[in-house]
Order: sequence, then C-alpha cells, then structure tokens
Amino acid sequence: MKLQVERDVLAEAVTWAVRGLSTRPPVPVLAGVLLEASEDSLTLSAFDYEVSAKVTVPAQVDEPGETLVMGRLLSEISRSLPAKPVSLAVDGAKLTVSCGSSRFALQQMPTADYPTLPISPEPSGSVQGDVFTQAVAQVAIAADRGDTLPILTGVRMEIEGDKLSLLATDRYRLALRELTWNPSTADASHVALIPARTLSDTARALGASGTVGIALGHAAGGEGLVGFEAGRRRSTSRLLDGEYPKVTAIFPTSVDTVAVLNTATLTEAVKRVALVAERNAAVRLRFSEGQVGIEAGQGDDAQASEAVECNLQGPELEIAFNPQFLLDGLGAIGTAYARMSFTQPSRPAVLSGQAEADGDADESYRYVLMPVRFAS
Amino acid sequence: MRTTASILHLDLDAFFAAVEQRDKPSLQGKPVCVGGTGHRGVVSTASYEARVYGARSAMPTAQARRLCPAGTAFLSPRFGAYSRSSQAVMGLLHELSPVVQQVSVDEAYVDLAAAGIELTLEDVTARVRRLLDDIPGATGGLTASAGVASSKMLAKIASDLEKPAGLVVVPPGHELDVLGPLPVRAIGGIGPATATRLRTFGVESVADLQRMGEADLVSIFGDSHGRGIYRLARAQDDRAVETEREAKSVSAEETFEVDVTDPRVLAAELATMSTRVTSRLAEGSAFARTVTIKVRQHDFTTSTRSATLPHPTGEPEVIRATAQRLLDAVDVSDGLRLLGVGVSGFTTHAQEQFLFDDEPDGGPVEADVAPVTPAPLLRSSQGWAPGADVRHDELGAGWVWGRGLGRVTVRFEGPGTPPGPVRTFAADDPALHPADPPDWT
Repeated sequence: MKLQVERDVLAEAVTWAVRGLSTRPPVPVLAGVLLEASEDSLTLSAFDYEVSAKVTVPAQVDEPGETLVMGRLLSEISRSLPAKPVSLAVDGAKLTVSCGSSRFALQQMPTADYPTLPISPEPSGSVQGDVFTQAVAQVAIAADRGDTLPILTGVRMEIEGDKLSLLATDRYRLALRELTWNPSTADASHVALIPARTLSDTARALGASGTVGIALGHAAGGEGLVGFEAGRRRSTSRLLDGEYPKVTAIFPTSVDTVAVLNTATLTEAVKRVALVAERNAAVRLRFSEGQVGIEAGQGDDAQASEAVECNLQGPELEIAFNPQFLLDGLGAIGTAYARMSFTQPSRPAVLSGQAEADGDADESYRYVLMPVRFAS
Repeated sequence: MRTTASILHLDLDAFFAAVEQRDKPSLQGKPVCVGGTGHRGVVSTASYEARVYGARSAMPTAQARRLCPAGTAFLSPRFGAYSRSSQAVMGLLHELSPVVQQVSVDEAYVDLAAAGIELTLEDVTARVRRLLDDIPGATGGLTASAGVASSKMLAKIASDLEKPAGLVVVPPGHELDVLGPLPVRAIGGIGPATATRLRTFGVESVADLQRMGEADLVSIFGDSHGRGIYRLARAQDDRAVETEREAKSVSAEETFEVDVTDPRVLAAELATMSTRVTSRLAEGSAFARTVTIKVRQHDFTTSTRSATLPHPTGEPEVIRATAQRLLDAVDVSDGLRLLGVGVSGFTTHAQEQFLFDDEPDGGPVEADVAPVTPAPLLRSSQGWAPGADVRHDELGAGWVWGRGLGRVTVRFEGPGTPPGPVRTFAADDPALHPADPPDWT
C-alpha cells in the first residue's frame, strides 16, 4: 500500500474513526484502525463489537492495499503533523508515515484477526443534521448513567411514518423530543434502544453535515443494530436489548399552575442560589403572582435567596428541585423563555420551551422532573 | 485515659450454652454446642465442658461433632429464651448506673462514674463483686465475668482474663502491665491479617508492639490504622460509654417457621417489610439512601448486602425494588431461615423517582400468579428444631431431644426440675405443640 493524502483530511478522518475505540479493548486488534486504499480513495474503519465507524476520503493512491495500525496513535500523530501532504506506505512489517521532514514507522497489526465490520446499512430515512444533534443532546442528558437497569442507559428512538421521537429517563427526570424526518417509506415503523453515550458521540460527530441518514431494522443489516450516515461517514451501534418501561403515565394529565420565565435569568439565579445547597440537595422555588423566590440552605447552614420575574397562571405554589436536574432541563430547552407546568409540589413538573414571553408553548421538547421532598 | 478505673465491661459466660443447661437440667455438666445443627452449620457458643474437647464458637458444627464425645448436645438457638435472660441482666446493670451501653445480647459497658459510688478500688471491686453475685439469682443460675479499668478497651480485655465468673479490676497506672504480656490480638482492631504482618517484624506481644515507633507503624499500616494501633498499644482509649445512640438505621426482619425457597413468598415478605421500614422512617421524619438486606441461610450462614441509591428516598416501592434487586443476587435454592430489610444514610430531603407501570426487573409480585401464602414465622412443627421448647397436652413442658424418620423425641424437664424422662412421638402428634421458653423464676 502506498498513497498521499492531505494532512487535514487524514487527521479529521482518523480522529473521527477512532473516537469510539476503547482504551482497553477485549482483544488487542480492536485498538486498531483499518486503512484500505483503492483507486483514488482511502477508507478508514474502526470496530469494537459495539460501535463501528467507517469513513472514506480522497487520496492519491499509488499502490492499493490494506493495513491495520494502532488507532489512537495514528490519530495523535496525524493531528500533530505539519500542514503538508502526508504519505503512507507499507514497508515490510511497518507502516511509514511521512510528512515534510517528519517520519514515523508504526508496527502493523495482523489483519487476519480483525473482525468483519457490520454491513454499512441503507438508510431508513434522513433528518436535518443540526436538528438531530440538538434533539439528541436534549434527550441524552436524562439517560441513566448508573448500572441498575441497563436499558435506562439508552435513548429510545421511535419512528412512526414521518414522526421521530427520542426519549430517555433515569427515573428522576424524563426528556422527550419529537421531530419530523424524511422516511424512505411512508409507513416506516421502528423502535430502537440506542446506548445514550454512543448516540451523543455520533450525533455530535455527524451533525455538522447537512443531513444524517438513519438505518433501522432490516435496513441496518440485522435487528440488533442502528446505522448512521452523513456524507462519506458511516457508523453503526449495537442496540440495547430489553423492554423499555412504559412511561406514558409519567406525563401529568392535567395542569394547575403554569409559570413562564426568562430562561437565562432563571438559569443564572438557580446557579447562584445552588452554591449553598449542601451536596446539591435542593433549591426551593416559591411561585407567586409576578415573581418566583428561589432559596437554598436551611437551619445552621449557609442560605441564599433571589427573586426572578415570572408570569404566573393558576394557584401559587412552592416546590423544590435538585438544582442540577433543573439546570440540565433549562439548558436543554434552547428557547429564550421557559414554561413550567405544575400540579402539586409532590408531583412531577413539566418544563418546555417558548420563544416569546407571551407566545405559544413549544411542546416538541418536554422535560419532566420529579421534585424533591422535605421531611415535615 | 481516665485517672480512675470507672469503666465496667460485663460479659455473660458461654451465654447461649449456659441458658440451655439451665433450661435442660439433663445437660448440666455435659458438653453442649449451640448453633446451626445442619451439616453446614456453625457453632455459636460451646459450653465450657465442650471447650475442653476443642469446640469453639465459629467452628463448623461438623468439626465440633468430631471433636466432642458421644452424648454432646447439639442444639439450635432459642433466641427468645436468650433475650429474656439478657433483659434480666441488663436490668441489674441499669440499677447500678444510668449509663449502660449494651453492645450485644450478652455484653455491655457501664460507666461507674455515673453510678454514685466512690471510685476507690475497694468500693468499685465490692460493688461489681456484688453485681456478679446477683446475676445467678436473677437469671436462674447464669454467670458473668467483669473487667473494670480506665478505658473500654482495657475493661473488655480484663473481663476476659479470668472467665468464667471472674472479676479483674485494673488499678489506674497499671494498664500497661496488664496489656504488655498479652498477644497483640488482644487489642481490638488487630485482626489476623495485622497480627500476621506484625509477626514478620518479630512482634508477638503487646509489649513488643509498644517498642515500635509511631512512624514505623504508620509506614506499615497506613495513617489511620497505624496511629490507631500505636495508641491502643499504650491503652490510650477515650471512647465514652454511649447510652442511646441516635438511630442510624431502621430495619425489619422475619424468621420463618420453615426455610423458604419460593421467590414469590420472599418477594411478598420484602414488600411487607419495606412498607414497615418506610413507615418507621416517616415517623422519624427522615429519608434514606442505603438499602440493606439480611439473609440467613438454612445453615445459619448470615450475610448482608446493600446498595446505595443515587438520591435518598422515602418511597416504599423504591426500597422494595432495591431490596428485591439485592435478593435476586442471592442463592435461595436451599431455603432461607430469615430475611430482613434495613435502610440507613438518613437525610432530611428525598429526590423521588418515577414509578413505572410495568417494572421490567421483576417488579411487584404479579397478581395473576397463584395467591402467595405468607411465610409461616417462628420455626417448629415439621422442623422440630433440636432443643426447641415444646408442650405436650398430658406430659407438660419439655424440649426436642431428637428427631428423624417421622418421629420426634422429647425430654420432659425444665429449669428447676430434676433431669426428666424421654418419650418419642410421631412428628405430627396432635398433642405436641411448640411452646414459649420456660420460666426460670
């Protein structure tokens, strides 16, 4: 194998391909990145049985061929090279990387032991790149990071025709984002449970592209996989197995009190007051006509309070939240105003976005948050 | 270190075995082992007669059976009987001083500085001697040993020096003389691992240990353990006798009449106990973060497992689900004798969880399975545990002397009676009933 490739093109491609590789893979070859040179392109692949990534970039190929080298090492090297064309050449047992006056010789790993990547899927439909990135970020924050119920570490993606919904919960809060996508067939219908961390990484890495293709079900080459495609980048992820709990009952069916607040003002105030909340325990919110009083700390501990303007409809209410959970939600709505709906201080509250202070609610994203109780 | 010998440590002698010998006159002066009697059982207490043959507590019962001669009684524990005798002794301690810290069923510390007596060696010795003399009368013949010293650590060591029925008072200023010749294991906090490590440095006795510098101990055992050993080797122990400690956990447990293997029955028990624990939490206006289950296998092996939630809760369903998840990791196929649920890590706030309609991880026992009969509590009937108290409609009170092949043999005797006769019945004889522990007074 022998080829030349632009430094930036190589660096970006390797970095993207190896981003999901485990630092301690179960088998050593899985730490590798597979380089395949053919005609006028170089394809880089990485796979660790959970996640696969494949990217093809233009290259001037003198001799086609393939080689497997340490992925992270090649990534670090290519990022540190000067901005000059890079040549890659297999020389005996080594891959030589030359750029300007720098030369690196990397040990080749045995390609015979390298697993076959999942077949690159044909998309079931596509979604706008920036919309997808935002939607995944909004939902993934609510996914469980613990290990008590593995399926809760996933984001549940449901597709019904041109409706795509993403949902995650860690039992303390639940995030649901609904959006419109372009299915390949009008009757598309899928449910997939995608590991939240992988989905976040993928969405961030692919979101810069105009559109992202998503492959599910048979299109992904098997029921246990989801595939993503943007430009000349493709990736697959193994799905989580199991039944996701039924969460529909968690959304309150009625609303008694609604408060509309400026998102940035509320966020800043909660951050300040939370400084005295012992171990992030709770901030208390007292909603009354025209304002909400935000307080934390009690008894002998440090205390803080602040008032923020708010438009209140319905009865006054006092409720407490874990400040981090509240801030996660406020950071996710992505609108100038935040709309909070309540029933009782012991029941879940719903946070959603709103573009104008007196406009309509944007229900495409809902963040349901369980309040904190205090001993009486 | 206090300047007077004001801390009393009292330890009942071979307590479980002694209660058995009191309630079963035919066993007096004979070797008795109390504990798990099954083939995987462990000895809880061996009587002094059994200790002569090498039987010890924590020894597998099978090994004790090989060591002890024919005629040794191997009995299942009767916790009800022990608890009543223990209360009688603790009552005497409370008469002596208001500051009593009961550390187990047969062991307690007393702060004599609160006893209203002169803390001279003569007065203290006389008063504690009278206490020891009162104990057999109050308990129907049990004995205790006591140690009095200037610290809890040394009082406990002293109470062990002249067992049984011994009293050792360590005069202030003589702590190191008592401590020096003892093996290092006598110090609380030095277990087998530390002792082995110390032996590699040629340290066998506390006196050897006293010659080691603090810096050396810290470099070997780390900061806190090293400093702790250094201090304890010099009898530097300022711990107070704590009376009622603030509750740090709340728990509920059930002992089953027959060992339970059915996971559905265990799940139902967990649910009931979780509800009980939660309501006691609520009474104390508290929430909890850590859930612990306690499991005693059919052979008395007892273990606990716990899980800490990301956020505190006061919700019975969350406690139940967490306890269930812990129980799911336990092998219950041989049957459980006891199951308990406890919570700790109290807080004044709770971050509650959503409750999903259909918990996928084996949520509440499903309604469409056959109704679950509550597990029978307090073992007996089919079991007829060896040593258990029984009553026969005509022959009166006795205890299970032997069993097997559908038969049960009962010896009819009790505290204060001469050794009684033995009769054998069918295990399901309707005239035979489980009974409460006999009254020794």
